Amino acid sequence: MGKTLFDKIWDRHVVNHIADGPDQIYIDRHYCHEVTSPQAFDGLRRRGIGVFRPERTFCSPDHNIPTLGQDRPIEDPVSRHQVETLTRNASEFGLEYFGVGHPKNGIIHVIGPENGLTLPGYTIVCGDSHTSTHGAFGAVAFGIGTSEVEMVLASQCIIQSKPRTMRVNVEGTLHPGVTAKDIALYIISRMTTGGATGYFVEYAGEAIHALTMEERMTVCNLSIEMGARGGMIAPDETTFAYVKGREYAPDGEEWDKAVAYWRTLPSDPDAVFDREVTFHADDIEPRITFGTNPGMGIGICKSIPYAPTDGDARTSYLKALEYMGFSEGQKLTGVPVDYVFLGSCTNGRIEDFRAFASVVKGRRKAPGITAWLVPGSRSVERQIRDEGIDKILADAGFELREPGCSACLAMNEDKIPAGKLAVSTSNRNFEGRQGPGARTILAGPLVAAAAAVTGIITDPRTLID
Amino acid sequence: MKEKFSTIISTCVPLPIENIDTDQIIPARFLKATSREGFGDNLFRDWRYDTSGSKRTDCPLNDPAYSGCILVAGKNFGCGSSREHAAWAIHDYGFRVVISSFFADIHKQNELNCFVLPVTVSEDFLNNLFRSIALDPSTQVKVDLQSQTVTDLSTGRSEHFDINPYKKQCLSEGLDDVEYLMARQADIVAWEKNNNA
Repeated sequence: MGKTLFDKIWDRHVVNHIADGPDQIYIDRHYCHEVTSPQAFDGLRRRGIGVFRPERTFCSPDHNIPTLGQDRPIEDPVSRHQVETLTRNASEFGLEYFGVGHPKNGIIHVIGPENGLTLPGYTIVCGDSHTSTHGAFGAVAFGIGTSEVEMVLASQCIIQSKPRTMRVNVEGTLHPGVTAKDIALYIISRMTTGGATGYFVEYAGEAIHALTMEERMTVCNLSIEMGARGGMIAPDETTFAYVKGREYAPDGEEWDKAVAYWRTLPSDPDAVFDREVTFHADDIEPRITFGTNPGMGIGICKSIPYAPTDGDARTSYLKALEYMGFSEGQKLTGVPVDYVFLGSCTNGRIEDFRAFASVVKGRRKAPGITAWLVPGSRSVERQIRDEGIDKILADAGFELREPGCSACLAMNEDKIPAGKLAVSTSNRNFEGRQGPGARTILAGPLVAAAAAVTGIITDPRTLID
Repeated sequence: MKEKFSTIISTCVPLPIENIDTDQIIPARFLKATSREGFGDNLFRDWRYDTSGSKRTDCPLNDPAYSGCILVAGKNFGCGSSREHAAWAIHDYGFRVVISSFFADIHKQNELNCFVLPVTVSEDFLNNLFRSIALDPSTQVKVDLQSQTVTDLSTGRSEHFDINPYKKQCLSEGLDDVEYLMARQADIVAWEKNNNA
């Protein structure tokens, strides 16, 4: 029987199989940020050991950092302490560190691919659930807890049970005005927020293979929002073209060898998945969420579905609608919006800024809208300026901020005030995620741009040719 | 965190809500600490306290009728962020067991790594347990790791739960994954050599 893409990479990385138990897996690349690592470094100090393979770990502070005035010290003393702790740990343990203001600084899931640190066939972990982003390259990439961060630092391995495999096919061609974010939000709402728990997902099908690398990253990024351990896409010519020439990617003879290996990775034609589901691109519209988990989503022109009839599911559903201030059967187009956030590891790359700019070009930011446009990295920020997108945004009344996770989880100053409604290109609409009492509608960059210039929830297809 | 997990008999705190995410368990603004301690104060912070900092009476964690070291929660507990701080908060608050019909993967692993035992039960068992607790908050539940059974002592209803033998041994003997891995350094080096890593 043939093997899946996932099985090929996982099996190769098994160092030991514990009888009746999990596998000891070797980790090729470890990314580290300031929030989930300090206790792991403390663990190493307590044990009196160093980092086993320091050349495999790369650090960048991203969660806490302000998106204005990064040339000044961080004002919040607790945030500053956490960032300085990472700086100190990286230096003490000899790790590559892209600090605040460094030309390579940015959200860890944005800078890994940008620099060629994320490669096909790799096992990649980070103390962050959106590590699944890197699966776009045909890597086995997933989020881990801090105890596991300590394991990786100490041994370059973790202990994990092998998940089951699922293939999610998206066949056909996307309609104009539909983005990769809409594909992901559609899949999650069909699968539900826990529907892929226990599985590692491979995305396949015509609509997936037609995606650019950045779009693939958006899709894989959101895998965790349906509970999947991770998501991945088979490497192909699009992947190789993206990786080639990036700073840490192999070159010369090494490149040819690497590509030859990467070509062996796609799932064999006779590979069997534990579960397989198929969707059609034709059915996907621009999407928005209406509730407090990413699975509670609808096509932008649709009405909010009615609550399930039974017990806890009904209670939980109505609790979500009450928090959002919406009601069953309500249509959300035309609902006034207070905040727009463009950014995050989901939608903070150059193509997202191009998409946003394509809608706001020649228009004006709506009165009453506060918009936070936050590039995913210094490199994205430079590209925005090089392409003149900053000019388009400024002409439309928007201000560009400095890179970081920002309002996605509101650990810095970028908090949506209680009760305010935000259209956000980030990944989670949980209660209070963007600030205590904040109400979040998840959407792609086109829907966000349409809300930013109209001040209401608007189908972006009415604004684009 | 050297602990050993043995049999637990306790009353429960019920949270009959589905899809409880780790942002609810511990909101992001409390993730700035650089140690593992003290997160229990902010467990379910925004469900326990309103924006003015007053205790919310509608939260079961604030209801004096409910106490104990077992949290019983609706299905898909711990979805969302991988923050281990959520498991630390649960442990620091005093819980040693979480019972649900379904756990999110990363959070479940984090609980196991922090000496909190996630016990997955059937929907039916969970609903009956919620009913027992609602009828009588002094309902006790027994969780026996060795025999892998969970029992509602008010009804005598019992169910087997799964845990992989490795993690079972780690919990019952207080073993540490990092020590396990460091003891296998030769295997790791051999793997690297074989794979030109």
